Amino acid sequence: MEERSIGMEVNDVRINEFPPEEFKDNDTLQRYIDELKAAGGSVIVGKLDQLINWGRSNSLWPIAFATSCCGIEFMAAAAAHYDLARFGMEVTRNSPRQADVMVVAGTIVNKMAPLLRRVYDQMAEPKYVVAMGACAISGGPFLNSYNVVQGVDRIVPVDVYIPGCPPRPESLFYGLLQLQRKVKIERFFGNKRIRRSYRPETLIDRETGRAIDPMIGFDKK
Amino acid sequence: MLIYSQPLELTKFLAAIDNFLHSNFAPGWAIVVEGILVGAMILVMYALIALVMIYIERKIAAFFQARLGPNRVGKYGIFQSLADMIKILIKEVIHIKKADKFLFFVAPFFVIVSSVLAFGELPFGINLHALDFNIGVFYLLSVSSLGIIGILLAGWSSNNKYSMIGAMRSGAQFISYELSAGFALMTIVVLSGSMQFSEIIEGQRYCWNLFNGHLPALIAFIIYLISGHAETNRGPFDLPEAESELTAGYHTEYSGLQFGFFYLSEYLNMFIVAAVAATLFLGGWMPIQIKGWEAFNQVMWYIPSWVWFIGKAGILMFISLWVRWSFPRLRIDLLLNLEWKYLLPINLVNMLVMVMIVLSGFTLTDLFPALFGN
Amino acid sequence: MKEIIQFIQKIAPEAQIEQRKRLTVTVRPEEVHLVMKMLRKNEVLCFDYLISLIGMDWGDRLGVIYQLSVSTDLTKELVLITATTDRDNPLLYSVTDLYETAHLNEREIYALFGIRFINNPDMRRFLLNDEWKGFPFRKDYLHDPKLNPETVVSSEISDIAPRIVEKENGELIEEQVPLFDEEDYIVNIGPQHPSTHGVMHFRTALDGEIVKKIDVHSGYIHRGIEKLCESMTYPQMLHLTDRLDYLSANINRHALCMCIEKGAEIEVPERAQYIRTIMDELQRISSHLLAWATHCNDLGATTAFIYGMREREHVLDIFDKTCGGRLIINQNVVGGVMFDIYPDFQKDVKAFIPYMREKLKEYDHFFSHNAIALGRMVHIGHLCREDAISYGVTGPAGRASGWSCDVRKHKPYALYDRVAFKEIVRTEGDSYARYLNRLDEIAESLHIIEQLIDNIPSGAICAKLKPIIRIPVGQYFQSVETGKGEFGVFIESTGEKNPYRVKFRSPSLSAVSVVPLISRGAFLSDLIGITGSLDFVIPDIDR
Repeated sequence: MEERSIGMEVNDVRINEFPPEEFKDNDTLQRYIDELKAAGGSVIVGKLDQLINWGRSNSLWPIAFATSCCGIEFMAAAAAHYDLARFGMEVTRNSPRQADVMVVAGTIVNKMAPLLRRVYDQMAEPKYVVAMGACAISGGPFLNSYNVVQGVDRIVPVDVYIPGCPPRPESLFYGLLQLQRKVKIERFFGNKRIRRSYRPETLIDRETGRAIDPMIGFDKK
Repeated sequence: MLIYSQPLELTKFLAAIDNFLHSNFAPGWAIVVEGILVGAMILVMYALIALVMIYIERKIAAFFQARLGPNRVGKYGIFQSLADMIKILIKEVIHIKKADKFLFFVAPFFVIVSSVLAFGELPFGINLHALDFNIGVFYLLSVSSLGIIGILLAGWSSNNKYSMIGAMRSGAQFISYELSAGFALMTIVVLSGSMQFSEIIEGQRYCWNLFNGHLPALIAFIIYLISGHAETNRGPFDLPEAESELTAGYHTEYSGLQFGFFYLSEYLNMFIVAAVAATLFLGGWMPIQIKGWEAFNQVMWYIPSWVWFIGKAGILMFISLWVRWSFPRLRIDLLLNLEWKYLLPINLVNMLVMVMIVLSGFTLTDLFPALFGN
Repeated sequence: MKEIIQFIQKIAPEAQIEQRKRLTVTVRPEEVHLVMKMLRKNEVLCFDYLISLIGMDWGDRLGVIYQLSVSTDLTKELVLITATTDRDNPLLYSVTDLYETAHLNEREIYALFGIRFINNPDMRRFLLNDEWKGFPFRKDYLHDPKLNPETVVSSEISDIAPRIVEKENGELIEEQVPLFDEEDYIVNIGPQHPSTHGVMHFRTALDGEIVKKIDVHSGYIHRGIEKLCESMTYPQMLHLTDRLDYLSANINRHALCMCIEKGAEIEVPERAQYIRTIMDELQRISSHLLAWATHCNDLGATTAFIYGMREREHVLDIFDKTCGGRLIINQNVVGGVMFDIYPDFQKDVKAFIPYMREKLKEYDHFFSHNAIALGRMVHIGHLCREDAISYGVTGPAGRASGWSCDVRKHKPYALYDRVAFKEIVRTEGDSYARYLNRLDEIAESLHIIEQLIDNIPSGAICAKLKPIIRIPVGQYFQSVETGKGEFGVFIESTGEKNPYRVKFRSPSLSAVSVVPLISRGAFLSDLIGITGSLDFVIPDIDR
């Protein structure tokens, strides 16, 4: 056991063949690290935690919640030219129970929102969500539509946002690598997870008019 | 019988362990400890082979598809499946509210236990053979057919329509192809006159069963490969989990370690099928030997028997992967047609032909005892 | 057409017949069904192809515009307009018994405009949930998120279809009809399912593995693009068409550009026409390649899927170099194209043509004659010519049923009247014919590009435009041939800088409406194969 939480920095989070300097956004990660420190400064990050994070971050099996154009770019990312398999992510599971990261690729409309939430709830912990494309981030070009959900973070917590309309496969990879880094600073023991972007104020039960408790599962503990 | 020098075999090492145990423990205890050791070895090998196979499959799939495959975790991504294993081990296991809890929990164990039982019986090399039953082939067929119970239970207990359809497909498929696989193996039992793996291997010293029984053996070999492939639920016979139709088939509702069991056993079953085919048709761990060519035979023996075994099984697995990544999926009626209208009748006739060949002395060993006779 | 005018005058004396760009007939609601029945059964010119139904809200009246055409001669078009003044309970007569394609379109109009159709067998809302309040496409609809809030609570799907039936004596009766039997084993294919190519939802009643009945649900990606267009200026609308059928993004956009150019009478420079045509054909190749790839994937051949995507990347690279976009390339603008081609464009395209031809041969070796693949495609999902026309199934799927319906051939636009190409028509009507049609069309597209690539004239790439584009009052329609079939843009203009109503004729909607028909009695696996062979794109259906 080694006491490292105090000294942990962005540079300690290493992705194979992709040094920290090459990431454009290191500040967010540093902020997460600071937050984790603040939450449990004395918690010891052990070798076992590192091993678990190594396993988890290198084996993110995606489930593609593909509704529109971004789904095609996701497919292109998985195919020969770009090859998502290099990062061990080609095992797209069609059953949410077996997936680790949900890639929300495309517009989510009101009719789809409950189903997105249901698929998210069906996933087993630890689960992550990547919002791919402008529509999933904010509603994108359809922001003013009467039927479009303005960002999936109103329905599920989001870990990584990948802008673009649709994002190129390279952007998707960049986002997934950022997700890997985020997974690498988590702590399995002590149950400390990173706060995720989430605007659940819209989760109103239509019949009772009350807010639905969004923190189902792991986060609540 | 074995007159050749075999420097890399584990025989001496195993004998040393045996001696050590027997000299330090009471005879009864020594056997108990040996049993535990062997059991542990089998489980470790089981997990190890599955991990290696998952990695190899992903790499080979990538090779067929003009991709690179995993290459980030370790050199060439060799630790990829290790990372997957760590993740799956600590992934949440979801308990489903409306499922039949007991059966849902038990199903993956059926699947994995059946494949471990079959795995434990494989002859990996000289003296690397945990169980050498005199009814080896029969035992293998019976334990490997236990797995289907697990799959049916999984589909039934999940309370999910996709799982249910997947499990029913699997049931129909497995029972049909089990017949073909059984008959193909029986053809070889007729040829070699034994059900014991060690005897079957010994009988193939100078002439593999595949050649010894020439035409009917070849037919049986092909049929066994097809039906074995079908039994492992892999493409083009992957209807039970047909991803584009049934999301994940019978294991749709399984997560975490329980899913890991299904995943492992799928790969291991593939290995078992390849290993059995290698043992019964291609001489198992027996190196290639030609009667009279002593120097050549000696060189062949320098390569340890377990390498021969893994190599032969590996080639067959490669063929199986090749088929998997080349063909589209069959439809259930086409699948059952193939079995009941073609494979099974051919098989029955084939077995009859084999019986006649053996009785009338038309096998290669009978025809040319100078070349191939033991 | 003279006979037609006389013919209509005879059966509906009060009809207003105007000879605008197209023959436009306005009839009273009671006469619509009769007039259309007569046109459908007409011996001189049989108007058997209903291009589209367009719901309209003219403020005082709610109505429907029917665009009819003749299947054997697509240049003959007729517009039929009807309207009712009753805004509280608008009722019109259904034409589902004459044109099958009307069924889903009428349900869509009910969801968006609140017009119900008498005698339509299933009058549920199509794109929106049953509990949706208000009718969003009406001009007086107030978009208030409180009225229709986002929620994570799923609503139960009702399997009871309301309908209005007219008795012999003219009495209207409202009925509730269950869609499925009590003991039907119903499986939900979709909306989150790996092979519905998006978020389609088939409620499938199964008998063992055999499909008994399918109920099509859609609207899981209904983004209200047509409504959004109404508040945008014409150039702003362009990027929304890209996101309809994103696989034929550039071709969709071409249609909208041409429709606006037609209205505003803008002349497109020659060079821009060349670039547009070449880009359209490249886009068609990429669309067909993806269709091929996903069809193979649906049949379980993962490797074929990856191969299709591999070749597609070469096309996307050319797009990328031209405009920086891959899937959606923002190339067409009103009056021409936005980006000129780059210096090596011709070289790259010329290198691509033989490469692609080589790969087509490889596909043929690898998949087209595979015994399993043949077993999964030949005689599966048979669609006859009459049904194809009645459902309005165009594109490679329609042509596989023996209906020559290529817009490029019959109503040539851009440069299609100057190039030589074959229209691929097959008569088998099964999945395999649709599959082969796509591969052959790739070869034809290569042939078209080959004829154009060396002759691109120099000159401007975009016409000079006024800062604000306005279109004179009137109705404009322009259709093109996308990878999926006939895609049409309808614009009704009041002379403002934004359109009064925009409607896109979606080829995918027709394709999906035919699924329940041709997969009845097929196996579950074949259902997946059939949807793959029809190749529809969901955002194009939902719009």
